Amino acid sequence: MGGAVVIGASAGGPSALQRLLACLDGDLPAAVVVVNHVGSQGPDLLHEMLAQRSRLPVQLAQERTPVSAGHVHVAPAGYHLLIERDRHFSLSVDPKVCFSRPSIDVLFETAARAYQKSLIGVVFTGASSDGAEGLAQIRQLGGLALVQAPEDAEVATMPRAALERAGADLCGPIEELAGFINEACRS
Amino acid sequence: MTDPNDLLALEELELDLFVTALDRRYGYDFSGYSRASLTRRVRNLQTQFRAPTISALTDLLLHHPDRVADAISNLSVPVSEFFRDPHVFRALKEKVFPILSSYPAINIWQAGCAHGQEVYSLAILLMEAGLYERARIYATDISADALARAREGIFPLQDARDASRRYLDSGGALSFSDYYHARYDFLKLDERLISHVTFAEHNLVTDAVFCEAHLILCRNVLIYFSNPLQDRVLGMFADSLVRGGFLCIGTRENLQFSAAREKFQVLDLDAQLYRRKSGG
Repeated sequence: MGGAVVIGASAGGPSALQRLLACLDGDLPAAVVVVNHVGSQGPDLLHEMLAQRSRLPVQLAQERTPVSAGHVHVAPAGYHLLIERDRHFSLSVDPKVCFSRPSIDVLFETAARAYQKSLIGVVFTGASSDGAEGLAQIRQLGGLALVQAPEDAEVATMPRAALERAGADLCGPIEELAGFINEACRS
Repeated sequence: MTDPNDLLALEELELDLFVTALDRRYGYDFSGYSRASLTRRVRNLQTQFRAPTISALTDLLLHHPDRVADAISNLSVPVSEFFRDPHVFRALKEKVFPILSSYPAINIWQAGCAHGQEVYSLAILLMEAGLYERARIYATDISADALARAREGIFPLQDARDASRRYLDSGGALSFSDYYHARYDFLKLDERLISHVTFAEHNLVTDAVFCEAHLILCRNVLIYFSNPLQDRVLGMFADSLVRGGFLCIGTRENLQFSAAREKFQVLDLDAQLYRRKSGG
């Protein structure tokens, strides 16, 4: 597909992301890009934690580098992560969106422009409404929207907000979403 | 439903026209800015100015020059905070200040100073190191509004708590509260801190070398620039620095994609601190 899967998570995010990455194919022909809300203090450790159970290589997204298929790129703490139209990463320290930096909306909106139909947006557990607006833009520009089922989520606020604002092409537990991603990225 | 490709093509066109208009009418050239952030900022500005489209925003700015300063400040100012990334300030204090202290006069260029939080942070540490009296800090920004805010030195009091902690993590010797007066919900920084600061409008995109500097701080500004513009600016920094002079960029920025990297050697990768090599 040569596309990307962008994932937003907040409260409860790390374990949800671990569940997903454990189920994704090791030869997934798409790039995976993750924003997880964390405090901006202290060292960035999420990518190291996620690498432990992922079959795909996980690294911190770096500015000016290409978004690579078969890799998981994690947004650094304290910066918005954006994708340029030429499918390279850029960062910003623009004001927080939905009280967060990195913000899921910022990643989703820019990814929607860069990938259009070749994009899957995924909203996971969280106590925020971040990601809802971005997911709507992904759908508007032809991409697919997946939302973790609220009853499967540690905190249901964020999936609910996404469903309400954007709707979804698939809403289910993480393992089901992973299966869909594996299939969709091959077709 | 409207064709998504068509929506995007229209947005690109409107954005191009907006950029052209600001440049040709007012001399502010945003064409070398990273497009994704610029698009978001222009969209936000559109909302703020209650313009229904980007074209309407362009029209508004072309015909209301009095709104341009406000627009520029919204398009350009990155947020900052006092002692952002304390380990960077600690590295400046421990690795750079001892060498700066060998100069009889110290020139520091803070490029893209925004609202001045980093200028004040740096001034505090220079003062505590006994270097402030012979230092001159040139604090420049593209936005006149931002410079006015920086000069004023008034910030929300709620910033103080985190700032105090980061000040100590930076190796501050006293207490952050020794440097400001609180009134109502605001803090006003001690004016001594800017007695050796020269605030000036300077556009990294179009203006030339600003001064001969021993240290240049330019953190989280280059992240907004495309590769060619980043090259230009880093080249200008190299030309401004004395041999062995220091460059400090944002902790998530890097020189590896720039032709100018040849002119610098790494001093501290965690702090993104570099030194100007001789020659080149």
